[in-house]
Amino acid sequence: MADNERKVTMKYVIAVIQPDRLDAVMSLLEQKEIHLVTVTSVMGRGRQKGIAEVYRSHKEAGNLLRKVKLEIAVNDDFVQPTTDAIIEGARTGKVGDGKIFVLDLKECIRVRTGETGGEAIG
Amino acid sequence: MSTRRVSMLAVAILVSLMAGFMPIHQDAFADDAIASAAGSAKVAATSPSTPKVDTGDTAWVLTSSALVLMMTIPALALFYGGLVRRKNVLSILMQCFMITCLISIQWLLFGYSLSFGPDIKGLIGNLSWAGLHGVGAVPNSDYAATIPHLAFMIFQAMFAIITPALIIGAFAERMRFIPFCAFTLLWATLIYDPVCHWVWGVGGFLRNMGALDFAGGTVVHINAGMAALAAALVLGRRAGYPKFVSPPHNLPFAVIGAGLLWFGWFGFNGGSALGANGLAAFAFVSTHMAAAAAGLTWAVMDLVFNKRPTVLGTISGGVAGLVSITPASGFVTPMGGLGIGIGAGIVCYLSVAFAKTKLGYDDTLDAFGVHGVGGIWGALATGLWATKSVNPAGADGLLYGNPALLWIQLKTVLIVMAFSFVGSFALLKLVDKVAGLRVSELDERIGLDLTQHRESGYTVID
Repeated sequence: MADNERKVTMKYVIAVIQPDRLDAVMSLLEQKEIHLVTVTSVMGRGRQKGIAEVYRSHKEAGNLLRKVKLEIAVNDDFVQPTTDAIIEGARTGKVGDGKIFVLDLKECIRVRTGETGGEAIG
Repeated sequence: MSTRRVSMLAVAILVSLMAGFMPIHQDAFADDAIASAAGSAKVAATSPSTPKVDTGDTAWVLTSSALVLMMTIPALALFYGGLVRRKNVLSILMQCFMITCLISIQWLLFGYSLSFGPDIKGLIGNLSWAGLHGVGAVPNSDYAATIPHLAFMIFQAMFAIITPALIIGAFAERMRFIPFCAFTLLWATLIYDPVCHWVWGVGGFLRNMGALDFAGGTVVHINAGMAALAAALVLGRRAGYPKFVSPPHNLPFAVIGAGLLWFGWFGFNGGSALGANGLAAFAFVSTHMAAAAAGLTWAVMDLVFNKRPTVLGTISGGVAGLVSITPASGFVTPMGGLGIGIGAGIVCYLSVAFAKTKLGYDDTLDAFGVHGVGGIWGALATGLWATKSVNPAGADGLLYGNPALLWIQLKTVLIVMAFSFVGSFALLKLVDKVAGLRVSELDERIGLDLTQHRESGYTVID
């Protein structure tokens, strides 16, 4: 019983959003006390078609667009606030708003102290 | 022959050349001390009395020499460098820098003598000026009577440097470095120096025929352009061309490069007047107007064919205009420059956007499309717009009632095109056989910076 109680399951939230929505999303996450995040600049495409670039004789088909990817590790009870914050900040109602993926997270370890699990996440 | 052996051989040749010329080099200084008074016989074709050095002319030509050097490093380096993939940016910069080093020395040791030295049968100069023997402070009145001979020499050196650098655009992203150095030295000696002599050297047969080339339309641009075409054909297409080719990795670099090219071109064309005078002003102005007209024209053509004017297009247009006005700059009016610029924008655009795609060759950075085609247009346009009212030492063109000049220009263009293409093709095949020109498929995928130089242009993490 004690073992199960100590085990808090964790999730890894990956969100791909429009680059100009990042500031809005970050401030909403702060408000919900979600501070730890990794942000990368990525190229991607969903249903939104790319912009066809032209360089002298060379015309690109227009495939990938700039996006921003956020990666946040959270305890289970924080998944809903996290996705709410992201959706509220990133949604514009147009095609290209992005997607959120929620993955099961098996382990999380704080490098400095060696803490693991739910304590290491926050 | 392995790369190591080729480079050892190259070093051995270079060292022995330098050692061999040392004694003559010392003589040159001793001679010049008494040359002005005695009129040394070693300095061919100077007048008996000492020509007077004009300070304004000398200042302008030396300044122009520096401007033209800047056109290679860093203008052309940045222009081309910004257009290739990130993994190859250093290879472009290195090729430009190394050409500067190599050709400067080649020019000193024997290149200048072969190009401008005492004539042999209208085809080449002799080696009496090797090591710049006899080339000193005293002006050479055949070439530039009011500036030190050395000033004329160093001005021309910068042209000899930038011409092979233009060819880089054709084989970018796939040429091995040491064979590139070997090819460049051979090309400079066997292609550039002869053509330079034919068009500008005293006794050169094209010069005697009446060909007009103010600052290097044939000698520099057509010459390099045809070599570029040959290189594109000999080296072959890049992997993945034309379907999977990356766009320019740093267009801001390319814009900076183009701006510096435009700035430096005032030295290229203006300095070719070899004097601080009205002719230099004419050359300066027509150069500027041609660049402006061509840039605008290309932007308009982009608007027509691609629905939007592009940065790359506008700067390419500017460069095309500068290329085209080069042979004409000291012979045409500013309005003539305008016409030549507009023509350059149209002709080079069509060459790059349509002809290249249709014909399928991989002239990576449009060295032939802009310099070759632009040079041909410019040389012929000189035959249209040249007027003696701008330069009495020139001739009138077709639009001023003299069709003969156009015919001379056409002959000149065809001769230089043929010689440069065939000669470059042969040299490339030779170096390919001895040392191998193209990088391996794996090296091409990894990138030249890492494989040829073990360096990275941009660190990713710190």
